[in-house]
Amino acid sequence: MVDQSWVGHSTDPVGPYQVGREKIREFAVAIGDGDPLFRDPDAARAAGHRDLVAPPTFPTCFTMPVIEEFLRDPALGWDYTRMVHGDQRIVFRRPVVAGDELTTVLHVDELRTRAGNHMLTLRCEVTDASGAAVATTHSMLVSPAGEDA
Amino acid sequence: MTALTPDTAASVAKGDALPSLSVQVTRADLVRYAGASGDLNPIHWSDRVAGSAGLPGVIAHGMLSMALAGRVLTAWTGDPAAIRSYGTRFTRPVVVPDDDAGATVELSGAVAEVRDEGGERIAVVDLKATFEGKAVLGRARAEVVLPG
Repeated sequence: MVDQSWVGHSTDPVGPYQVGREKIREFAVAIGDGDPLFRDPDAARAAGHRDLVAPPTFPTCFTMPVIEEFLRDPALGWDYTRMVHGDQRIVFRRPVVAGDELTTVLHVDELRTRAGNHMLTLRCEVTDASGAAVATTHSMLVSPAGEDA
Repeated sequence: MTALTPDTAASVAKGDALPSLSVQVTRADLVRYAGASGDLNPIHWSDRVAGSAGLPGVIAHGMLSMALAGRVLTAWTGDPAAIRSYGTRFTRPVVVPDDDAGATVELSGAVAEVRDEGGERIAVVDLKATFEGKAVLGRARAEVVLPG
C-alpha cells in the first residue's frame, strides 16, 4: 500500500534509452516548436552541439515510462487510473542531444496524504553512457487515497 | 523573431516581456502528442474515460501545456540548450473540444530576475499559460543562461 515506507525507495537503473534524431524531430513537431536545433543537425553543430538538441520537456519520453512501471507495481497500490499530474520540474546539467544513451534511476522523495489524496514526489536521475549526470526530473503526482487515508 | 545575441542579451533586465504566443490545440494535436511522448492516458483522447474520471471533457496533457510555454523560452533565446531548469504546477486543465478549432492557449513570459552565477548571466523567467482567461500553469519558472 501507499505509505511512508516507500520514501527513500529507488529502482534499479533503467536503460540505456538511445535518444534518436527522428524521435526528437517527432517530439518537436508534436509540440509545434520549429527551432532548427531540433531538426537540422548542421544547425545544431554550428551552435556547438554534437547533434540535434532535444526540447526541454523531451525527457518525459523516457522518464514517464519508468514512473509508470513503478506506479503500476501492485505492491504500491497506486490508483493509476485516477492519477493527475500536480507539478513537474526539470534541471539540466547539460542538454540532451541525439545519440545520447541515457539511464534513469527513480527515487521516491516524498509522500504526503491530505484531504483524501496522496501526493507522491518522484525524482528521476538521468545519466549518460559515461555515468555523468545529465538531468534530474521531479514529478509530483496526485491520486485518491481511498481507504488508506 | 530574432534570437538573443551577446549584444542584445547584455540589456536583458527584470521586467522584460518575452514575445507571446497563441496556440490552437485540437484533438489531433493531443493524439500526436500522445504518440510522440508515449503518454497514452485515455483522458487525453477518450470522452468516455474523461467523463468517467469526472472531467468536463478530454483534456490536454499537462506536459503539453508545459512544452507550449517552453516554446516562449526557445523562441526568445534561440538556444534551447540555454535552458538550465524549468518547472511548473498544473493548476487547471485545458479542455479540448472535438471540433476543428480546438482550444486556444495563450502563452507569455517575463524576466523576473537576472543574476550572475559562476561567470554566467542567468535570466529567471516567469511563464504564463492561460485558457479561457484562466491560468493553466502555476508558478511556471525557468532559468536561462544568457549568451555573452
